[in-house]
Amino acid sequence: MSDSSAPPAARPSLLEIRGLTKSFGALKALQDVDFTLGEGEIHALLGENGAGKSTLIKVVTGVFARDAGTVRLAGDEIAPRSAKDAVEAGIATVYQEVNLLPNLSVAQNLYLGRQPTRFGVVRQAEMRRRAHALLLDYGLDIDVGAPLASYSVAVQHITAIARAVDLSARVLILDEPTASLDRHEVEILFRVMRKLAADGIGIVFVSHFLDQVYEICDRVTVLRNGRLIGTRDITDLPRLDLIRMMLGRELAETTHERAASQPDTAREVCVSFKGFGKQGYVAPFDLELRRGEVVGLAGLLGSGRTETARLVFGAERADSGEASVAGKAVRLNSPRDAAGLGFGYCPEERKTEGIVADLTVRENIVLALQARRGLHRPLSRREQDEIAMRYIRMLDIRPPDPERPIGLLSGGNQQKALLARWLATSPKLLVLDEPTRGIDVGAHAEIIRLVRDLCEQGLALLVISSELDEIVTYSNRVVVLRDRAHVEELKGDAVEVSSILAAIAADAPTAQEVAS
Amino acid sequence: MKASTSVAITAAVLVAGFALCALQFPNIASTRVVANLLTDNAFLGIVAAGMTFVIISGGIDLSVGSVIGFTTVFVALAVERWGIPPFAAFALVLVLCALFGAAMGAVIHVFDLPPFIVTLAGMFLARGISFLLSTESIPITAPIYSAVSDFAIRLPGGGRLTAIAIAMLAILVLSALLLHLTRFGANVYALGGSRTATALMGIPVGSMTIRIYMLSSVLAGLAGIVFSFYTAAGYSLSAVGVELDTIAAVVIGGTLLTGGQGSVIGTFLGVLIQGMIQTYINFDGTLSSWWTKIATGVLLFVFIALQQGLMALARRSSVKPPGVKPVGVST
Repeated sequence: MSDSSAPPAARPSLLEIRGLTKSFGALKALQDVDFTLGEGEIHALLGENGAGKSTLIKVVTGVFARDAGTVRLAGDEIAPRSAKDAVEAGIATVYQEVNLLPNLSVAQNLYLGRQPTRFGVVRQAEMRRRAHALLLDYGLDIDVGAPLASYSVAVQHITAIARAVDLSARVLILDEPTASLDRHEVEILFRVMRKLAADGIGIVFVSHFLDQVYEICDRVTVLRNGRLIGTRDITDLPRLDLIRMMLGRELAETTHERAASQPDTAREVCVSFKGFGKQGYVAPFDLELRRGEVVGLAGLLGSGRTETARLVFGAERADSGEASVAGKAVRLNSPRDAAGLGFGYCPEERKTEGIVADLTVRENIVLALQARRGLHRPLSRREQDEIAMRYIRMLDIRPPDPERPIGLLSGGNQQKALLARWLATSPKLLVLDEPTRGIDVGAHAEIIRLVRDLCEQGLALLVISSELDEIVTYSNRVVVLRDRAHVEELKGDAVEVSSILAAIAADAPTAQEVAS
Repeated sequence: MKASTSVAITAAVLVAGFALCALQFPNIASTRVVANLLTDNAFLGIVAAGMTFVIISGGIDLSVGSVIGFTTVFVALAVERWGIPPFAAFALVLVLCALFGAAMGAVIHVFDLPPFIVTLAGMFLARGISFLLSTESIPITAPIYSAVSDFAIRLPGGGRLTAIAIAMLAILVLSALLLHLTRFGANVYALGGSRTATALMGIPVGSMTIRIYMLSSVLAGLAGIVFSFYTAAGYSLSAVGVELDTIAAVVIGGTLLTGGQGSVIGTFLGVLIQGMIQTYINFDGTLSSWWTKIATGVLLFVFIALQQGLMALARRSSVKPPGVKPVGVST
């Protein structure tokens, strides 16, 4: 890409965003963000969860109204109020979930609402001929009369892009288009992107696959916590610097306290996985979890952390490898199996996958224990009250009212109640996915203290966190993931923010290349 | 491809069923019986055409039976008591039905309510109004009625293709053209595929919803007029439960209850199957006519199970796209 490293000013700018601000209540989702997209440029928009990427996209595409700032398209200020407005202005978006109609033919999908007609009758043959010609431009020679659902996600993406571009789009926003594509399909998509860029269309590329960003993009803009961290030419930006921009860690910041770790061989192995994995989900990995030990999972968003947790808990079925508990091979095909083995899982999406908002704190706490005992052995109300009060006191859940609907509690207290739910089942292994996300600072420290306490009581813990400082603080070992594979395991003194960063950034072949 | 498979299966069931009936009662295989079957089910065919649009778009219309009942009462009163010329009465009642359907569509869209609830309310409303108009059966004696029932095209073999059977066939053909050949029809399928995606693609979802329910109510009104010809009377208790027969015909015809897939020809076959069962029971003479319901129930169950099975099969052997060779990973 040396020929494209001309100063950005040389490219006429297409989309100019200045001082964009957007709040939701007290939460500042975007603060004073600038973003410039040039004609024919492929520009990556990067950031971890909550960085503000999707808010930015939604403001530009008219889903949210902005609080302040300007958006100019080819010099004219625009303020789209709906997705339709944005499309008419020339900004098209293709999401990871293809927003087309799987039951209609490819040709109908390309021309729905603007099919060629004669006397009110759709000219099917003409429409198919045009659709076929249009897709040939994108390197696809397919039967456009077949239902969209019969084609791969890549073809569906390209159909969505072709429709958008054919509707005279000048700016194309691709929101994680490659997340469900294999390597070959990604190449097809990249060919299309390069062709469109050569035609002068500006492309915003949102992805968490850094290899792909380095392969296809001209410039990178990084957001973090709703603020602009910077925009760089990709050629001038070493990978380690990019990751630092995204995670917000400097090497100098790595001083921290750590629990003195005893040699881990001294601990008894509680659960172990050998060659455990699922094709297209997480590459096979080996993992040993020991009693009284915290294993941290570190990596960028989408690197396979949550996927690993879901495999471990049986929420996703592994297609290779085996799991064993206390040396005996076990079946792990469903969360029910996992709960039966004494595993617990606090998912990242606390609101949708964790709590049952309308039930009381007591009911939420006894849920897993009751499920394990089975419906024919109900916990008496007295037992329920006892259990609920015990954990409310132990974890200091506030307010200490077991009859309050859990949806009314703060995030930190909901998280504690979820912990209580699993603790009540006296688990052997607890998997915590982002236990401190969306929790205020005070509760944050408490949760971390709890993690340490639990560990000392002989539980095995597998914890996922984007907060590297946090992970370093409580982990005995840290497994680093990249591109859906476990790439490194750090132990003892090697558990440091700098070494995690280095492992994430290491320029090794990606999981996809290894797999294929 | 899947849609045509469903229709082919329905057609096969119809042919096989007819063959079995004909084996037992050779008289069934005559133009007379077939033509009578068309006449007896003319109103069902017309209302089922409208229901096909509604169900493909992902909705349901429970009000059609009541709308038929209302139409018969209204037409009978208008012609016999109020002295309105029959054709003016037909036009008037169709306008009322159109407004009724449009109102249901608008409520469904604007308040984002489930069609099931809204048309259930419509069902009670229309039935209530027809009782309000009259609780007794009103015979219609207008000359046009006897003229129309006398009219028929003679078929070889003694069958009489009546005016109302011709009306049904004409409406089915027009509906098939509208559904399969126009932008409107494509939008109906789109809505059944995904409302959100359809809206994102710039299709006016609101006006589509209104027009679809309007079409269904107008066809129910037409079915009501045909029903009044068939019975030469208006009665507020007529066509009770017809909405369910209609839905059954549509589903047996291969239209997915979840929307997005189906055809008018399939619906026609579904209507014929129901008519065939009825005819068989009439011929047998010893069976209670309620066996029609039992047979329909069993068929419905079998067809829904079949559709699910076919879909599962299609998912498993999903077509490998030419031009793109998937490598290794598959999800």
